[in-house]
Amino acid sequence: MTNESRPSSGQTNSTDIETQPTRRDVLAKTTLGMGCAGACALAYPFLDSLNGTRGEDLGGDDTVDVDISTLHPGQQIVVTWRGWPVFVQRRTSDMLASLQAPGVTQRLRDPESKIMQQPRDATNWHRSITPEIGVLVGICTHLGCVPNFNAPNAADHAGNYACPCHGSQFDVAGRAYKEAPAPYNLPVPPVTMLSETKLKIGVSKGDPGFDIANIQQI
Amino acid sequence: MTDRPDSASNWLEARLPIISAFRREYVDFAMPRNLNYLWNFGAFATVAMALLIVSGVFLAINYTPTVAAAFSSIETIDRQVASGWLIRAIHMGGVSMLFAALYVHLARGLYYGSYKAPRELLWLTGLGLLLMVMTAAFAGYILPWGQMSYWGATVVINALNAVPLIGRPLASLLLGGDGLGDVALHRIYVLHFVTAFSILGVIGLHLAALHVTGSNNPAGVEPRKADDTVPFHPYYTSKDGLGLCLFLAVYAVLIFFLPGWLTLADNYVQANPLITPRDITPEWYFAPFYAILRAVPSKLGGLVLAVGSIGVLFAVPWLDRSPVRSARYRPLLRLALPVLFLSFILLGFAGMRRPTPEWLWLSRAAMVYWYVFFLVLLPILPKIEKTKPLPESLWEAGR
Repeated sequence: MTNESRPSSGQTNSTDIETQPTRRDVLAKTTLGMGCAGACALAYPFLDSLNGTRGEDLGGDDTVDVDISTLHPGQQIVVTWRGWPVFVQRRTSDMLASLQAPGVTQRLRDPESKIMQQPRDATNWHRSITPEIGVLVGICTHLGCVPNFNAPNAADHAGNYACPCHGSQFDVAGRAYKEAPAPYNLPVPPVTMLSETKLKIGVSKGDPGFDIANIQQI
Repeated sequence: MTDRPDSASNWLEARLPIISAFRREYVDFAMPRNLNYLWNFGAFATVAMALLIVSGVFLAINYTPTVAAAFSSIETIDRQVASGWLIRAIHMGGVSMLFAALYVHLARGLYYGSYKAPRELLWLTGLGLLLMVMTAAFAGYILPWGQMSYWGATVVINALNAVPLIGRPLASLLLGGDGLGDVALHRIYVLHFVTAFSILGVIGLHLAALHVTGSNNPAGVEPRKADDTVPFHPYYTSKDGLGLCLFLAVYAVLIFFLPGWLTLADNYVQANPLITPRDITPEWYFAPFYAILRAVPSKLGGLVLAVGSIGVLFAVPWLDRSPVRSARYRPLLRLALPVLFLSFILLGFAGMRRPTPEWLWLSRAAMVYWYVFFLVLLPILPKIEKTKPLPESLWEAGR
C-alpha cells in the first residue's frame, strides 16, 4: 500500500503518534478488504438471479411441425416458434426470378448471405432449403417489429416485406435493402423438410450444429 | 474529513447533516463499557432482516401469486433460476436466524431489565416488531402453496374465525369472501411484503428510541462518569463485527449444509385441499404458541392463551415495579427467569411433538408457569426480594 502515515480517521481518543503504518492499520484495512470481498460474494447470487432461467428448457420439444399442403404459391402462413413469428411462404416462379433479377444485388446489403443469419443449408441465393419454400423469422433486424408481407400482385410480381415501424424493406428471401435502416437480412430458422408438404422448424438436417442463438442478430 | 469550506462533505453537511449525524450516533456514540455478547443480538436481527428484505425482493421477481402457478414458480426458482436455490435458502434460513436472534434479544431484555424506565417505548416497539415479524413469517410461509402452507393457513384462518364478533369480519377482509383461493393468496402476498417493509420503518423507531435513552447494560445501572462509557467505534463496531462473523457462519452452515432444516418436506408437495398431511408441525419459531393452542381443551381458550402469552409481555414494564433493573442483583428473579426460559423452550419442543398426554401435560405446566411468572411473580417479587447492592460505577461492575 502506501508509506504515507496518518492516524486513521474516526479514532477519537487515539493517542497513536507513530509515523509508520501500525499493525492496527494493517488489520483494519485487511478486515475492510475481507468485508468488501464478502459483500461482493453475497451480491453475486442476487445479480446472477436476474439472468433468470437462462432460456433453459427441461428436455421439452423445441420444434414445430408445419403442414404446408394447403399453402398456395404466392401465399405465406405465420407460425410460432420459440415465441417468435415465423413466416412460411410458397414462392411463385416470378418471386424466384425476382431474387436473381439483374441489378438486384446492388440494392441489397448482403445479397450473398455472407453474414450468418441462416443455417449453412440456407446460405444460397434463395435463403432456404428448396427454392420454392421460404422460411424466415419475422423479426425486423432494425428494432424488432414484425414486417408486413406484401404478397405478389398484378403490379408487383415479386412481393416483398415492409416493416411498419421504420420503413425497413426486405425482398421475399428476407434480404435487406440498402435504402432502409435494417442492417441485416431476416433470420432463417433451422428447418428440415419432412416431406413435400410437411416441414419441421427447430432442427436443421443440413446443418445439425446450428443454433439460432449464435446468429448475428435476432 | 477536511476543514476546507468548499469540500463535498461540507456542502452536504450544510444541506443534510447525515455525516455528522452518523458520526454522532454510530462513531462517537457513548456506549456503556460493560456490554457482553448478548448485546450483539440486536445487530444480528438487523442483519438477518436486511438479508430477508434483499432476498425477498429477488424472490418476488420470479414468484407468481396464483393458485395455479405459485408452487411451480417456487420450483422454478429452486431449479432453474440462476442462483435461485441460494436466494431462496438465504430467505428461508434468514427467518430462522431472525427469530433465533429476536428470542435471545428479548430474553436478554427480560434478564437485564431493559424494559424499565426510561426504556418502555423501546420495549413496546420491540414487541411490536416481534408481532410484525410473526405476521410476515406466517404470510410468507403460505406463499409457496405447498401442503404445509395450505393447511397452516387453513388452521390459522379458522382460528381467526373463532374469535367472537371481530373474527369473521377480519377473516373476510383478509380472504376477500371466499376461502383460500387466488384472491386470498394475492392478498397474503401483498400482506407479506407490506409487513416486511413496515418492519423497516418500525426498526427506525426502535433505533431512534434506543439512541434517546442509550443502551442498558448488564449491571442495569446508568453510566455516570466519563469512563463508564466508550465510543461505539471502534469498541462495539469490532465487538458486533466479531459476533456477526459467527452469526453469519452459523447462517451459512444452515444454508449450505442443513437445507433440510429450513422447511418441512411436506411443503414440497403442492397444496391439496382434499388431503391433510399426517403430521402438521409448525415451524420451530411458532411451536411454543402452537403448543399452548393445543394444550388448552377449548377452541377460544387456547386462542386467547396463545395470543395472551405474547400479550403479557407488553405489560411487563408495569408488572415489574422493582427499582433494580438487572437480574444480577435480584436473587429470586435470577432463579425465576431461567425457569421461564426453560418453559418457553419446553413449549417449543412440545409444539413439535405429537400431542401425547405426557407432552400435553408438560405444555400445560410450562404454560401455567409462563402466566404465573408474569402475572404473579413479577409483581410480587419486589416486595419479598432482598436485592444485592448495586455497583457504584460500570467500571466496577465488570461484564
